[in-house]
Amino acid sequence: MGNRTTMKGTESKEKLIRLFLLATALSAISILALISVFIFTEGLPIMFRHGFKKFLFSLDWYPTEGHFGLLPMIIGSLMVTVGAMIIGVPLGLAGAIYLTQFSSKKVRMVVKPMIELLAGIPSVVYGFIGVVILVPFVRENFGGPGFSVLTASIILGIMILPTILSISIDSLMALPPAYREGSIALGATEWQTTRMVLLPAARSGIIASIILGMGRAVGETMAVIMIAGNATSLPRTILDPVRTLTSNIALEMGYASGEHRQALFATGVILFIIIMVLNTVANLTSRKMSR
Amino acid sequence: MMGKEVVIKVKDFSYYVGSSQILKNLNFEVFKNEILSIIGPAGSGKSSFLRCLNRMNEIRAETKIEGTIEINGQNIYFPEVNITELRRKVGMVFALPVPLPRSIFENVAFGLRMAGVKDKKLIESRVIDSLQKVALWNEVKDRLHSSALKLSGGQQQRLCIARVLAMRPEFILLDEPCSGLDPVSTMKIEESLMELKNNYTIILVTNNTKQAARVSDRTAFFLSGELIEIDRTDRLFTAPRDRRTNDYISGRFG
Amino acid sequence: MSLRLSPRKEQAIVRRLLFGLTALSLFILAFIIFFILRHGLPVISWKFLTQNPIETGKEGGIFSTIIGTIVLIILALVIATPLGVGTAIFLTEYTVEGSLTRIIRFGSECLAGIPSIIFGLFGFILFVTKLKFGWSILSGSLTLAFMVLPTIIRTSEEAIKFVPQAYREVSFSLGGTKWQTVSRVVLPSALPGISTGVILSIGRSIGETAAVIFTAGSALRLPTSLFSSTRTMSVHFYILAREGISLSKAYGTAAVLIISILLINVITYYLMNRFLRKYT
Repeated sequence: MGNRTTMKGTESKEKLIRLFLLATALSAISILALISVFIFTEGLPIMFRHGFKKFLFSLDWYPTEGHFGLLPMIIGSLMVTVGAMIIGVPLGLAGAIYLTQFSSKKVRMVVKPMIELLAGIPSVVYGFIGVVILVPFVRENFGGPGFSVLTASIILGIMILPTILSISIDSLMALPPAYREGSIALGATEWQTTRMVLLPAARSGIIASIILGMGRAVGETMAVIMIAGNATSLPRTILDPVRTLTSNIALEMGYASGEHRQALFATGVILFIIIMVLNTVANLTSRKMSR
Repeated sequence: MMGKEVVIKVKDFSYYVGSSQILKNLNFEVFKNEILSIIGPAGSGKSSFLRCLNRMNEIRAETKIEGTIEINGQNIYFPEVNITELRRKVGMVFALPVPLPRSIFENVAFGLRMAGVKDKKLIESRVIDSLQKVALWNEVKDRLHSSALKLSGGQQQRLCIARVLAMRPEFILLDEPCSGLDPVSTMKIEESLMELKNNYTIILVTNNTKQAARVSDRTAFFLSGELIEIDRTDRLFTAPRDRRTNDYISGRFG
Repeated sequence: MSLRLSPRKEQAIVRRLLFGLTALSLFILAFIIFFILRHGLPVISWKFLTQNPIETGKEGGIFSTIIGTIVLIILALVIATPLGVGTAIFLTEYTVEGSLTRIIRFGSECLAGIPSIIFGLFGFILFVTKLKFGWSILSGSLTLAFMVLPTIIRTSEEAIKFVPQAYREVSFSLGGTKWQTVSRVVLPSALPGISTGVILSIGRSIGETAAVIFTAGSALRLPTSLFSSTRTMSVHFYILAREGISLSKAYGTAAVLIISILLINVITYYLMNRFLRKYT
């Protein structure tokens, strides 16, 4: 039964293929490592030179004069992200609950992909809609320049809505049907069932969806640049303009050089760390869910 | 029937998945050109045994064997054995018909193509010959290139047997091949098997004791991974030596 | 406690509220699409699609940006698809779940969460400056490829997992080697699912701006080689809108973007449904 030579031949070919596939499989993690290395080697030295404290807690961003305070941008990112959550989480969750508990399967099969389409609309288009519709609307009705924390929050909220809706629907649908049937059999209404049984049971998936939405809001660049106003001062109200970490990089990357450019990479370092923390938390929560 | 050439020799064979022992110290022989039925309740290890004969058991992780299985005098678990050649020689038909999502022709030609056969004439003649042997040729000759998924369940299972025959194997292992089929299709498959045993050695795992009685020369009864009894089919069904065999074939359990 | 609503009443109110919020989300989508198309469709003409921009886009069409977008995306997919599908094959067929697969999945999931501006920074420093590709199609495509890699990995993996285990067993039992089984049985069956991932990646790439603008640049000429700088539609749209070059051309470009995205989503939806129906 054994033609030894051909067997050796196919065996080494199979080994080679496995090795090749292993190499491709390591691409994602290698790219992640590569990105971290480049962002950190470009951004960290200047932070060491001027001190982390100055980067994190100084209010002055005059990069051409050696002042690299990122605090306004950190607070800016924080404010628009919180604002986006206030808009996006209720909308996303409401949609997820309605489509899983109160609508027919047919409606869900049509509406879910339609709302997910919101995730496909380019961020520049969101920014543009913000500029031509929302900015004048906010200016005329609430005052201020219109380019503001409020405007950015609304647009970002819409942008993260599909992420929250989609993942929440998936985690609600993944629950055993017995949860729902059992509760309704005991005389609870659909809403009581949802509130007291289903939402707690799907908690980790829903939390993961919100954290991923947060990550998207923190990382969004083009839409925010177009509508947030980009002022480097601390906003006092939600009607004031604001600059986020991402816009800070994108706005000045085109012309920055020397220490200025390194400071933009330092901005990238902070952004990168925030995102990795959010990713890891989302990853851990959703893993808890699958267990 | 007796005094025939031994083609498979199972010696002190045990099989483990993880830490649980599936097969316990099996010892028996299979003769050339016979149909051997293996019967036994679910979980008796009969399908696992079948998969050990062409080393399909190794697809799953964490398996271990002890003892030997010799096919034509060669221990199939020797490291230098070429597994793909072993599987070509020991063909297998599964419980549910699994036509690949290809044409009827390509399903039958599949094994040959994987073996690297390029000769179109040879492939075509093998396909036709194999389909004829399972009495499927007349039913499908006008639509060889339409999808195999459109065939009926019984036709699909005969196609799967033809697919194995195209490899010109010496052995055919069938793992409850009629479990999903209606009586007419079952009958057709059984007829094919009786026909095929002139040229092949067939091992048939079945849940259906009547089927074993109808088609096989000898029958083996497995229980909890042990071989309880192996004998000529007529003897095993009329005068079993072991009480457990008797209980099983008279329908007291399983 | 007498103020408390009966559960039935409460449910009726909540139901209406949830319906209202869901309808609002749908309305926002419809509004964005309608708004862009209403202002943009009248601008779109054969000339608009086939003429190069004149005077930085004030006049003329968007031809070179369409070409730029297509070339950039095709090259990105040529790089990312083998890597992504290879990863998916390795994860599903060539290994068992363990610390290695956990690391690979972690890498892919993190990569998916990284904002495009970080990809832009990375692509700029590595491809544009360190490797001296300059602002070019090559730099842009490599950066885009890295960005869409997780999408392709995830959808391919799911598609491959959907292929019935029985197909693999049949192939092995007929003497197939692992690679023959993968290449002749598993991949062809998973192909519709894999293409869904590839098309989704096209959708993501079409709209991408931040990562592209710092790596592929914004040249308006037709590209002549992999080292030419090019401008994609979304970058062009951004520049038109932000620098106030031409509002009507901006609307036209946005309409082309939206129509492409709509088309891609319809195709993915259709493919996905057909694929799922086949195996469930």
